Amino acid sequence: MADSMKLKVVAPERIFYEGDVSFLEFTTTEGDMGIYPNHIPLTAIIAPGVLRIHEAGEVKEAALLSGFIQILQEEVTVLAESVEWPDEIDANRAKEAEIRARRRIEEGSGVDMNRAELALKRALIRQSLTR
Amino acid sequence: MASMRDIKRRKESVASTGQITKAMKLVSTVKLQKAKARAEGNKPYFTMLYDTICSVLGRTGTIDHRYLKANDSTRKAVIAITSNRGLAGGYNNNIVKEIVAQCDPKETDIYAVGKKGLEGLLRKGYNIVEDYSEVMNDPLYGDAIHIGKNVLASYENGEVGEIYLAYTSFKNTVVQEPKLMKLLPIDVEEIMQDVEIDVLTPMNYEPEADEALDMIIPKYMNNIIFGAFVEAVASENGARMQAMDSATKNAEDMIADLSLKYNRARQGAITQELTEIIAGADAIS
Repeated sequence: MADSMKLKVVAPERIFYEGDVSFLEFTTTEGDMGIYPNHIPLTAIIAPGVLRIHEAGEVKEAALLSGFIQILQEEVTVLAESVEWPDEIDANRAKEAEIRARRRIEEGSGVDMNRAELALKRALIRQSLTR
Repeated sequence: MASMRDIKRRKESVASTGQITKAMKLVSTVKLQKAKARAEGNKPYFTMLYDTICSVLGRTGTIDHRYLKANDSTRKAVIAITSNRGLAGGYNNNIVKEIVAQCDPKETDIYAVGKKGLEGLLRKGYNIVEDYSEVMNDPLYGDAIHIGKNVLASYENGEVGEIYLAYTSFKNTVVQEPKLMKLLPIDVEEIMQDVEIDVLTPMNYEPEADEALDMIIPKYMNNIIFGAFVEAVASENGARMQAMDSATKNAEDMIADLSLKYNRARQGAITQELTEIIAGADAIS
């Protein structure tokens, strides 16, 4: 049994990450997931969350905000619409976005509720990584 | 024959225009390199997205999805990608022509990206729904998402039945091709031709395949729009580079021609002066 799988994280403008990993954590629309090599084939939709890449004793974290993931036995591909390393995140901007989103939620203008909540979630995830 | 002074003035003006076109050519060459790199950076993402769409459709064989079959509206939405600046040869005009050839002005809603195309289509009597021209200065993925969402909204509430994308595809530095591409509904038959269904690895979907399609197809659309942006920027600079290159060459030709005329006029003037002096001297003696 293989103890590592190939991971490819592709963003629209660049290849974000490419390498062998032993374990991978991420968030899908159905909840948090962690996968080891030899997982059953699966396609899932990404929900905003933290992507944790476990490679040879080292854990790398990134903010993975939208996209989807395709899992094959020895190969995992993440098609990320939005993905950032912690050092690429602007903490102040994320803080501002959080405040903006909170205000919008308090005003409670029905239609944009989902959007505001998503924005809040994104802001919180970004901030959790910069700390 | 024009006077010496006229020719000289003309020559100077052509020379300064030539200088400008030469500078513009150099600028667009540099911009082209950058734009090309960007367009290529999008390729891996696009290929993978397309493969995923193919494998989802291939495995599920759904055709009943709302993004896969046309709704009742006969109107078309066209996202027209052109540039904000002219002097790029036929670049903008070709897109306008392409749209005029295939879409009826009365049945088409235009989402304009790029001022030049907007002006051209407005003159032809098209209905411009939205103007995203500022996007073209520096297209971001977020812009593509934003535009994709708006167009998709009008598709979902039945205002339009088909979504097209008009852009200039970048073949290479000298060849750019205007294209009108159908985004939605997705042409399932065309995709099916590309599908290689490997039955050995059945795929699970989480959520269900139909729901997954619901979320993947808009992303696919956004990415095509983004890909078209970056390609269009590369094409724009390629077209401008060529246009400015031939303008510079024409200016050089004109200068050569005018120099010849100028020298001839000068020689003529000298000869005439000499003749006059000799005639004058003859008259005195």
